Amino acid sequence: MIYEFHHLVPTPPRYLTTLFHFFTISPISMSRVVITGMGIYSVIGQNLSEVKDSLMQGKSGIIFDPVRKEMGFRSALTGMVSRPQLKGVLDRRMRIGLPEQGEYAYISTLEALKHAGIEQSYLDAHEVGILFGNDSSALPVVESVDILRQKKDTMMIGSGYIFQSMNSTVSMNLSVIFRLKGVNFTLSGARASGSHAIGIGYLLIKQGLQEMIICGGAQEINPESTASFDALNAFSIRESEPTRASRPFDRDRDGLVPSGGAATVIIESYESAMKRGATIYGEVIGYGFSSNGEHISMPNVEGPVRAMQKAIQDAGIKSSEIDYINAHATSTPAGDSNEAKSINTVFGSSRPLVSSTKSMTGHEMWMGGASEVIYSTLMMNNGFVAPNINLDHPDEVTAKLNIATKTTPFEINAFLSNSFGFGGTNSSLIIRKSR
Amino acid sequence: MQNDEIIRKINQLLIDEIEIEETQINPSADLKNDLGIDSLDFVDLFVIVENNFGFKMKAEEMADVKSLQDFYSYIINRINPN
Repeated sequence: MIYEFHHLVPTPPRYLTTLFHFFTISPISMSRVVITGMGIYSVIGQNLSEVKDSLMQGKSGIIFDPVRKEMGFRSALTGMVSRPQLKGVLDRRMRIGLPEQGEYAYISTLEALKHAGIEQSYLDAHEVGILFGNDSSALPVVESVDILRQKKDTMMIGSGYIFQSMNSTVSMNLSVIFRLKGVNFTLSGARASGSHAIGIGYLLIKQGLQEMIICGGAQEINPESTASFDALNAFSIRESEPTRASRPFDRDRDGLVPSGGAATVIIESYESAMKRGATIYGEVIGYGFSSNGEHISMPNVEGPVRAMQKAIQDAGIKSSEIDYINAHATSTPAGDSNEAKSINTVFGSSRPLVSSTKSMTGHEMWMGGASEVIYSTLMMNNGFVAPNINLDHPDEVTAKLNIATKTTPFEINAFLSNSFGFGGTNSSLIIRKSR
Repeated sequence: MQNDEIIRKINQLLIDEIEIEETQINPSADLKNDLGIDSLDFVDLFVIVENNFGFKMKAEEMADVKSLQDFYSYIINRINPN
């Protein structure tokens, strides 16, 4: 419950409660937060329809990229999408500030706005915000410094690179392109960035501070952005079988496959959606977050358990009401094992269906938390659970989970989506069918 | 390089690189108000001029460059000082 003249604190100090009672001021309910639009530009499809088909077919978007091998990568495996052609679509000033992942995010946001039935005139007349997850923009940094080193003159860098280089590049550019007037910032929470963006957006709307927010996540794919990650020996080297390389929960998993693209989710208050006559694709009912407080790259069990439990508590449901879990599982030996233990700790008695769509998409990193909400919402609205492909042999820990290895016709009423990242940041979101 | 050739080249660069509409190209056009060249575009003009004419523009010399004709004259004077 929240009080009209004390919006920022859910629980008011005791003396205020007394005042409310004395003056018989009634508390108002927090807003319900619903998903009314989605857009996706991913390695398994460049729009919702293509992605839904790929999810149903268990199609992988992973390739072998010879450029990476020539550059000296340990693994040349990656997800890959084509760069959108935006000349003639956006004017020059809007284009030259957009890095690769910003282009993807522009396309996914266009689709999401169309999906939500929102035109520019609506954005012009209302306070709509943007919160995107993004945690790097490596290529523009590399390219601009290359120019400086070659020309020895900063003036030769030009005007576009600064706007491409900042972590906030996506929210910065899209807020200008779509003339947005609400909350406007980027969340950098490692590989949970996109999930945290939706979570924070949900909290802002729930508390009545915003009516509608364009949330999402974007991830660059260029080799420069993943070279230092490749250096950690974290990537799969199953280069002879690219589409079988990402194998979350499988006994023979040997690392993740980097990937990228962009995902946009339009969230708004239930009242706003009703007023617009919008179609509701799902309701965000829980956001749980935590930090492991341990190792910078090694995940643990306890942190994700707390995030999932907090999300369930926030949603006000029982753990048994979760029908499906979209796992963070990236295909790394330790990460998948620890997440399996976490899920088993929280859901061991109800054993909901679990799959990691990263088996098809690879690890979409900053984008993943948002894209996986879209993948799962597509499943929820189309009555199926997408397969965790390449799971041939579970190990003794992952065998305890109820993992969907094939496309499974299934009614999802509520799902939980996990996203974890370096530094031990954890985010769990719960979405349910709107009632 | 002859003056008319310099002007043709400037026009083509403005069309190709800054994406000015060809119909807007007019010597009397105000760079800012008519052609929409703002302070950020000026930064890109520095790069375009050096890459295509081989010299560095100086910001302090651009203070009096208001129209396209002023810009032609500035470039011509830098290339053909006499």
